[in-house]
Amino acid sequence: MESVKPILEFNKTCVSYTKQTMAVKYVSAAIDRNTITAIMGPSGCGKSTLLRAVNLMHNLYPNIRVDGEILLNGENILSMEPIDVRRRVGMVFQRPAPFPTMSIYDNVLSGYTLNGIRLSKTEKDETVERCLRSVALWDEVKDVLNKKGTFLSGGQQQRLCIARALALKPDILLMDEPTSALDPIATAHIEQLMQVLQKEVTILIVTHNMGQAMRISSKSMFMYLGELVEYGDTATMFSNPSDERTKAYLTGKMG
Amino acid sequence: MNDKLYNILLFVAALIMPVVCGGVVYALVTDAYEAFEHFGFFKFLTSSEWSYTEGSEQYGALPFITGTLMTTLLALIFCIPFSLPVALFVGEYFKGTRIAAILSTVTDLLAGIPSIIYGLWGFYTLRPLIMALNISPQGSGILTASLVLAIMIVPYAASLSAEFIKMVPNDLKEGAYSLGATRAEVIRKVVFPVAGSGIFSSYILAIGRALGETMTVTMLIGNTNNIPDSITSTGNSMASIIANQFGEADDLRLSSLIAIGLILFMITAFINMIGKIMIKRARIA
Amino acid sequence: MDKLKIRNRLAKDKALKWGVCLLAALTAIPLFAILGEVFWRGYDQLSWSFLTEPTPTAYKAMKAIEAGEPIPGGIANGIIGTMLMLGMAAVVAVPIGILCGAFLAENPKNRFAQTVSYLTDLLQGTPSVIIGIVVYIWVVVPMKGYSAIAGSVALFVMMLPLIIRSTEETLKILPASLKEAGLALGGNRARVMLKVQLPAAFGGIFTGILLAISRVIGETAPLMFTALGCSFIRFAVDKPISAVPLLIWEFFNDPNLQELIWGASLFLLLFVLTLNLTAKYLAKRWNQ
Repeated sequence: MESVKPILEFNKTCVSYTKQTMAVKYVSAAIDRNTITAIMGPSGCGKSTLLRAVNLMHNLYPNIRVDGEILLNGENILSMEPIDVRRRVGMVFQRPAPFPTMSIYDNVLSGYTLNGIRLSKTEKDETVERCLRSVALWDEVKDVLNKKGTFLSGGQQQRLCIARALALKPDILLMDEPTSALDPIATAHIEQLMQVLQKEVTILIVTHNMGQAMRISSKSMFMYLGELVEYGDTATMFSNPSDERTKAYLTGKMG
Repeated sequence: MNDKLYNILLFVAALIMPVVCGGVVYALVTDAYEAFEHFGFFKFLTSSEWSYTEGSEQYGALPFITGTLMTTLLALIFCIPFSLPVALFVGEYFKGTRIAAILSTVTDLLAGIPSIIYGLWGFYTLRPLIMALNISPQGSGILTASLVLAIMIVPYAASLSAEFIKMVPNDLKEGAYSLGATRAEVIRKVVFPVAGSGIFSSYILAIGRALGETMTVTMLIGNTNNIPDSITSTGNSMASIIANQFGEADDLRLSSLIAIGLILFMITAFINMIGKIMIKRARIA
Repeated sequence: MDKLKIRNRLAKDKALKWGVCLLAALTAIPLFAILGEVFWRGYDQLSWSFLTEPTPTAYKAMKAIEAGEPIPGGIANGIIGTMLMLGMAAVVAVPIGILCGAFLAENPKNRFAQTVSYLTDLLQGTPSVIIGIVVYIWVVVPMKGYSAIAGSVALFVMMLPLIIRSTEETLKILPASLKEAGLALGGNRARVMLKVQLPAAFGGIFTGILLAISRVIGETAPLMFTALGCSFIRFAVDKPISAVPLLIWEFFNDPNLQELIWGASLFLLLFVLTLNLTAKYLAKRWNQ
């Protein structure tokens, strides 16, 4: 049998905001290609911090230190150029934030314009249609592509942001509580979408919502006080957690 | 004191503004009337003659309107390459750090220096430099005045633009970074477009300040009453002709100077109004 | 190819950063050049007699120059004139400005208040030389002469919008709960304003007043048409009077007195910048 190499590997990854306190402590884990992995844990447990490390977001803030290794296809991204890494690792944030000065069309292509990559008109049209279709937004907006992205509803804006991230054909899509600012219908829509997207891209999602983790993910991580407490199949973790802390969290006794 | 009396007291105090502003307009209009009546409003605006030979007095505002527009425009051009970097330094690159606070203090102090001292510095330091560089033989003129004017308006443009640059949501910037943009690209494609209208309006307000600046221009522009034919030639702005001649003028010349004052008042009021409206819109958006 | 492109973009990024730093640093140069020049040329003139004696006549100054002696006298007439006019202007502008600012803060939606607010902006943006003309028409013409009163009216008109704005803004950022708590305790609005809101806003308002003073103290053009100037120390309010910036202008225009420019400028500059820094410091302290 052919062994499948993991697409992403954390190897003793640490993130610290100040010299004394570590927000993420020695996390080691391997993520398989085309899976959805949920990261759970109480507020302040370091789950978002870990996620942002994969996109080298911490490099934007000079006080934050990231140590250890994060391997993308076997290459340590911590020693790579951030702008190169970020193009291959897409990110969707908590609050949908399409660029308010750009149209829907330009928002989808913003990854290219921001990176100074020129596309022909047909390439542009194709990319926009492909990405908007893959987030199931095409039918809703195809007649208003020149309107500003901020005219859309919250759920549509978030799907636009996913399309924006997908346009660059990333290897991994990071999602930082992408539905926490949305209503239940929009949330369901995005969860559905993720199941489909899984075929093209590996998804790593931080979520507060245990139900969501159970519905969408195949693997789950549970983090507590910066440590990775448990990592395994979602179904197993929910039915039979091996750590007391995971159990306490899942049964609502914590966080 | 009961609430009713209190309301009345505040209302009466607030009446001071309509009274003062009404008084300003009334005084300017009534005293400028003679000049406008004598020469005709349009003729006064477009005549470039300024001669006070008794019997054949001839006054027109065109040279001074031109002088004001030239100095203001040049000052704006010289100001942008410095105020924009200061705004980016304070509002983006070093936002919230000590070094940004120091630079803000420096620009605040620049804004606090009285204009007569700017005039002295321009006259005793910059003017000899301009002469030494052979830019103009007499040293004073439109260019010299504009250079100092530019320094004077940098703080206004910079601090207001910085405020708008700071307000660009972090969500948007992180969104752009997550797509692989460099900081320069984020500034050009996200920060500037989002903060653009605010930055633009801060330059409108800077223009409003430059238009009426008096002492610096009076000391540096060369004080000749012709239409300047190049940026190195001498001239007079609306404010500087008033500062120069108001004390010695009477009758028709006095009225003509007041008429120039009225025109200057209207232009600055208009520019400031546009700027304030734009700023309000930019703040809401 | 791709690597090259990334290098290129990173180089541009770096270039922008360094360009911004360089140009921002250059902007600080004029401040130090101006401070340096005024200090360098003015510090040896500042002395007790410079601050306590009135301006010499041009003739006296000429004699001193011919004899190779330092010019006698100083700027006491200007200092006293400035203080007198500023004092008179502030005594009227501060209470009216605070009341007017309170009106704007208490009635943010009222149409009249919006008009007043707009007019405040209008007056604040009006070039000071125009204030000079207007006060000349208002005061100098009917009184048939230049006077300290006319000068202080001009300063008053320039200070007023600054005080109104700072009062309004300070009152508006006070937490609404403060006013509500006062009213809930049964105070009427006047008492709550006087005993609760104004004391809480004192820091901001005081800073605003200091900044307003520092803004108008160096104004020259409006005083030229109102206070005119005077070469001796005088306290009469209905006669022409001098002021420090007026003296600088006089020295600038009189070849015999040019040596005195820098001492007077240094005095003015120190005064203005000290006020400015004090205001900024107080604002920061009161904000904490």
